[in-house]
Amino acid sequence: MAKNLLISGGRIIDPGQGWDKVGDLLISDGEIAWFGDKGKVPSQSDLVIVEADGLVVCPGFIDLHCHLREPGFEDKETIGSGTRAAARGGFTTVCCMPNTSPPLDTRASVDYVRKASEMDGVVRVLPIGCITKGRRGKELAEMNDLAEAGVIGFSDDGEPVSSSRVMSLAMEYSRDLGLPIIDHCEDKELSNGGLMNEGWVSARLGLKGIPAAVEETVVARDLALAELTGARVHICHVSTAGSVELLRRARDKGVPVTAEVTPHHLTLTEERVMWPQHGEDKRLAYDTNAKVNPPLRSGEDVAALIRGLNEGVIDAIATDHAPHTMADKMCEFGLAAFGISGFETTFGCLMSLVHEDKLSLNTLVARLTAGSAGIVGNKYGELGTLKAGCRADVTLFDPGGEWVVSSQGFISKGKNTPFEGCQFKGKVVATIVAGQVVHQDESVKVRKKR
Amino acid sequence: METVESTTHGAIISGAFSPPSLGVWRHRHVLDLDDFSKDEVGLVFEIADAMSEVLSREVKQVPTLRGKTIVTMFYEASTRTRASFELAAKSLSAGTISLDAAKSSVSKGESLVDNLRTIQALGADVIVMRHPQSGAPYLATQYLDTAVINAGDGWHAHPSQALLDIYTVRRHLDDLSKLRIAIIGDIMHSRVARSNIWGMNIMGATVVLCGPPTLMPRGLNEFIERCQLSSVVVEPKLESALEGADVIMLLRLQLERQQSGLLPSIREYIQRYQLTERRLSLAKPYALVMHPGPVNEGIEVSPEIAHGAQSVIEEQVSNGVAIRMALLYLVAGGKSR
Repeated sequence: MAKNLLISGGRIIDPGQGWDKVGDLLISDGEIAWFGDKGKVPSQSDLVIVEADGLVVCPGFIDLHCHLREPGFEDKETIGSGTRAAARGGFTTVCCMPNTSPPLDTRASVDYVRKASEMDGVVRVLPIGCITKGRRGKELAEMNDLAEAGVIGFSDDGEPVSSSRVMSLAMEYSRDLGLPIIDHCEDKELSNGGLMNEGWVSARLGLKGIPAAVEETVVARDLALAELTGARVHICHVSTAGSVELLRRARDKGVPVTAEVTPHHLTLTEERVMWPQHGEDKRLAYDTNAKVNPPLRSGEDVAALIRGLNEGVIDAIATDHAPHTMADKMCEFGLAAFGISGFETTFGCLMSLVHEDKLSLNTLVARLTAGSAGIVGNKYGELGTLKAGCRADVTLFDPGGEWVVSSQGFISKGKNTPFEGCQFKGKVVATIVAGQVVHQDESVKVRKKR
Repeated sequence: METVESTTHGAIISGAFSPPSLGVWRHRHVLDLDDFSKDEVGLVFEIADAMSEVLSREVKQVPTLRGKTIVTMFYEASTRTRASFELAAKSLSAGTISLDAAKSSVSKGESLVDNLRTIQALGADVIVMRHPQSGAPYLATQYLDTAVINAGDGWHAHPSQALLDIYTVRRHLDDLSKLRIAIIGDIMHSRVARSNIWGMNIMGATVVLCGPPTLMPRGLNEFIERCQLSSVVVEPKLESALEGADVIMLLRLQLERQQSGLLPSIREYIQRYQLTERRLSLAKPYALVMHPGPVNEGIEVSPEIAHGAQSVIEEQVSNGVAIRMALLYLVAGGKSR
């Protein structure tokens, strides 16, 4: 590995610093060293040059929400396979959810994930700890211990804390630790075994519905609790127009809340469950690859989420990468696992919003970098920026690069994607973590200068 | 896998049987009526008429599907639908294998797809499938070449039932497009209602859906609108739904609906939704009373009406065999031509 890496001639977008200009970026000793006009780099020895003409160079993407499945579900994903898939998707930092087996509710299990990530991970892995012991919603986990072990927030993702009292106590406790409650909002009693968005498609398909109120009642409750306790609350995978409205009002009031949205909730609707992605075949699909929680919602919800993302009511895009085995998905819709393997399709599918003029390229990059970095905080140094002296986490993408999704080619063990066969325009071509190239597309030209 | 083997005794043919031409038929599987044309429904009825004639003979069997194998796979308990399909298969001289799948491979951890592939490998020509999960037969058709007939999937569809219902109506009342058909009861969980909505809409009948508010699926009106089911309406008031109806179709109330809190009590359901003489008098004087069965007598309908002059409930069962013979013929006969 060369000591110095020069990314030459790319369009450098760093939303945190308001940069958007063509130039050269020099990385030395794993840190951002210099930025300036093309060809003006101070002379260096032992230099590797990446030709970036026509490419966009930006801070590495940060994913606030993914499932690496290790320990416990290594048939679905491992830290090794998951982080390599993340690198391919342009992510240099990923925050992994604690619904492993055992769950990340003790220092020991958090230590395990951090150690395994150092050994097998190719991108930075930041664990999220449980709110309650065993994710059972009864007693608080040792949150102080977890914070010291390095978690960046607390979540019982997938098994949301149903007791308002326990949630309010968790918020009191986390407030003084300075870490957010990362909140999967779902009233499980109301969703009651629901399988997809409740609406005309569920009525037609005869599938039990999950109404928008399943999410919104808990968003409303937890915003009220955040106001009560002063704790930082981060709302996971917002999926409904009503939740966006609740968030907007809470932010206007100054409640310390942030929010994320997933690529699939921004680009797909409930109809994806009913019809195949492609082809003339109009036989009902009951596509288990479109079964996800929260469910894909209506077109009005999608429009409200995009608006919320543009306005900054939603700070970040998070993948909710949820890999599953083929057996978990190749079964009856009602029995299939919830979740989408998202690392490798996130950027491509989001670029469709840019090409459709629904989102600017700069906003997209901001929500994948500076937006998420603000939520992770500075516990692990300054993330999501190309400032000189910062760790050189950099992503290069070709905004016009066309490719077709083929799950068999995924690095992730989870081939469960609703985007199979989609033609995307926009491709991550290189991912650099601490100055090391961890993913490189064959199209990228690299030369050495001595 | 537990199987019940049955051999076809060399069919005894009495009298000629020449099935009609299949010009308009374009289905490989029968999954629901949402993709049926009016002509296809008409063809099913035309063949069912011929099959009814066979069933009225002394020897109720023709060799039409001799050498074909029909497998009934029931992942959910059923008596009448299963018996109806098996009788239909035998009347066409097909070999039948009957799998009580609820008890067999599934409990040994075999997936549905593997289970179905095994059956296909054994040489089934048609798989007749009942499953508690909506959409299960659609999954089957993604992985199988064998023709699949949906004998009921979850809350979603039960096309042979809807066809026999419409066939029964047609035998009594002429122009379907002039009829007002009230479907009463647990619409939310009813595959019978969902398939009838499509089938009756194709035939142009006005369909009025009515049931307790907790047993109506949310999104129903938008479903009707989006799918352009222009002749289907939702009417919350039972009396208004029955007013002037030509046909009253009652749905079975699963008693566990009350246990899961969807109804305050069965008593209140009876008071509010049971078809009584007084309520029946709101409909046309000749109105047909139908029920897919099994009937909870004294709950959905009073025993007097269930067995009364306007009831065609038993006739639905008999017509079911002819309709299922027609479907098996259309689906299994297609290959050999």
